[in-house]
Amino acid sequence: MAQSRLSEIIAVHEKDLIKEWVVRQNEFLAQRRDRISDSQQRANSQDFLRALTEALSLNAGLDVESNKWSSMRTLLADLARERAAQGFSPTETSTFIFSFKQPLFARLTTEYANSPEAVAEEIWRATELLDRLGLYTFEIFQKSREEIITRQQQEMLELSTPVVELWKGILALPLIGTLDSARTQIVMQNLLEAIVSNGADLAIVDITGVPTVDTLVAQHLLKTVAAARLMGAECIISGIRPQIAQTIIHLGVDLSSVVTKATLADAFQLGLRRKNLGVSRS
Amino acid sequence: MERIPILKLGSFLLVTIQVDMHDQLALALQDDLTSRVVGDRATGVLIDISALDIVDSFIGRMLGSIAGMARILDAETIVVGMRPSVAITLVELGLSLPGIRTALNVDRGMELLRSARNGETGDDGRQIG
Repeated sequence: MAQSRLSEIIAVHEKDLIKEWVVRQNEFLAQRRDRISDSQQRANSQDFLRALTEALSLNAGLDVESNKWSSMRTLLADLARERAAQGFSPTETSTFIFSFKQPLFARLTTEYANSPEAVAEEIWRATELLDRLGLYTFEIFQKSREEIITRQQQEMLELSTPVVELWKGILALPLIGTLDSARTQIVMQNLLEAIVSNGADLAIVDITGVPTVDTLVAQHLLKTVAAARLMGAECIISGIRPQIAQTIIHLGVDLSSVVTKATLADAFQLGLRRKNLGVSRS
Repeated sequence: MERIPILKLGSFLLVTIQVDMHDQLALALQDDLTSRVVGDRATGVLIDISALDIVDSFIGRMLGSIAGMARILDAETIVVGMRPSVAITLVELGLSLPGIRTALNVDRGMELLRSARNGETGDDGRQIG
C-alpha cells in the first residue's frame, strides 16, 4: 500500500480547498446563511484543515478517539457547541465536514491522474476518516443538546417548589405539577429548610396544582409530612379536588395520619385556630 | 469514662448529644437520665440532637428507649433540633421514630412540655417504679 499523501496534498492546496469547501458549505446552509459570517466559516474551515494535517502527519490513523486526534476532537466539540447555540441542526453541523469530500476528492483525482488505483485508495482512506470525524461531530452535538435539556429540567425543578410564609409560624407549600421522587427530594429540602429559618410549626401542603395523585405520589406526600413532623412541624394537606378524593379511596391509600382540608383557606383557618388566633372585622 | 452531661432547667432535664454514640455511652446515658428523672423529680426530658449529622437505627432505638423509660417515670421526652438532612434520610430509610415527640428547638420543646403539663387533669393511675 503506497504511503498516503493526504496530509501533504491538503497542506499544499489549502487556500483553494477552503475556497471550494466554503462554497459547498453555503450550498447546504442555504437558509441559515445569515446566522454565520463568511469569515467565521473560513476560520472554522482553516482550523479544521490545520488540525487534520497535523494529526495525519503524526500518523494518527482512523481511531478518532486516540490521543493523536485530541486537538481535532476539541476543535470539533467547540464547533458543535457553537453551532448548537446558534440554532443549527445536527445535520447542518456535521455537513460542515461531509461537504469537504467533494473538493478534496476533486483535488485527489487531479493529483493522482496517472494511477486510478492510488486515487481509489486515497479516496477510500479520506472518506473513512471524514465519515468518522463527521459522526463524532454529530454525537457531540447531540450530547450538548442533552446537557441543555438536563440543565433546564434542573432549573424548572428548583423554580417550581416555593415555600411561602402565610403567617408567623405557618408556611404554605403550593405544589404545581407531578410529584416524582426527584422532585420530592427538592420539596422536602426546601420545606425543612424553611421550617428551620422561619421557626414554623405548621406547614400547609397545597396540591391543587398536582394533576394526578396515585399511590406513588401519595407515598411521596406522606414522606414529606413525616419529615416535617421529625422537625417538630405539623402538616395539613389541602387543595384536594373531588376526583382526587375518589381516587385516593379507590386506591386504598391511607391518609389517616394526616389532617386534610379541601381548600387552602380552610387549612389556614385551622392553623390560626390552633394558635388561638382568629380573624375579626375591624 | 466519658459521660454525657445532663443539665437541669427548672423541672426539665436537658441533654445535648455532641459525640458519636456507642453502646457504653448509650447505656451510661440511660442510667444517668433515669436516676436524674427520679432524683430531681423531673417532668420532662429534652434531647438535643442538633449536632448530629447522622441518626442511624441505633440512635433511633436509643431515643425510643429513653422516651419509654422516662414515660414510665412520668416524664415526657421531646427530641429537638433535628437537621433537615437527617430528617430526610430517616424518612427515606423508613425510620420514622414512632412514639417520639419532636420540636424545632429547645425553646419550642420547653413550650410543648409546659403546655402538656398544664393540660393534665390529674392522676391517671400510672405505675411508677
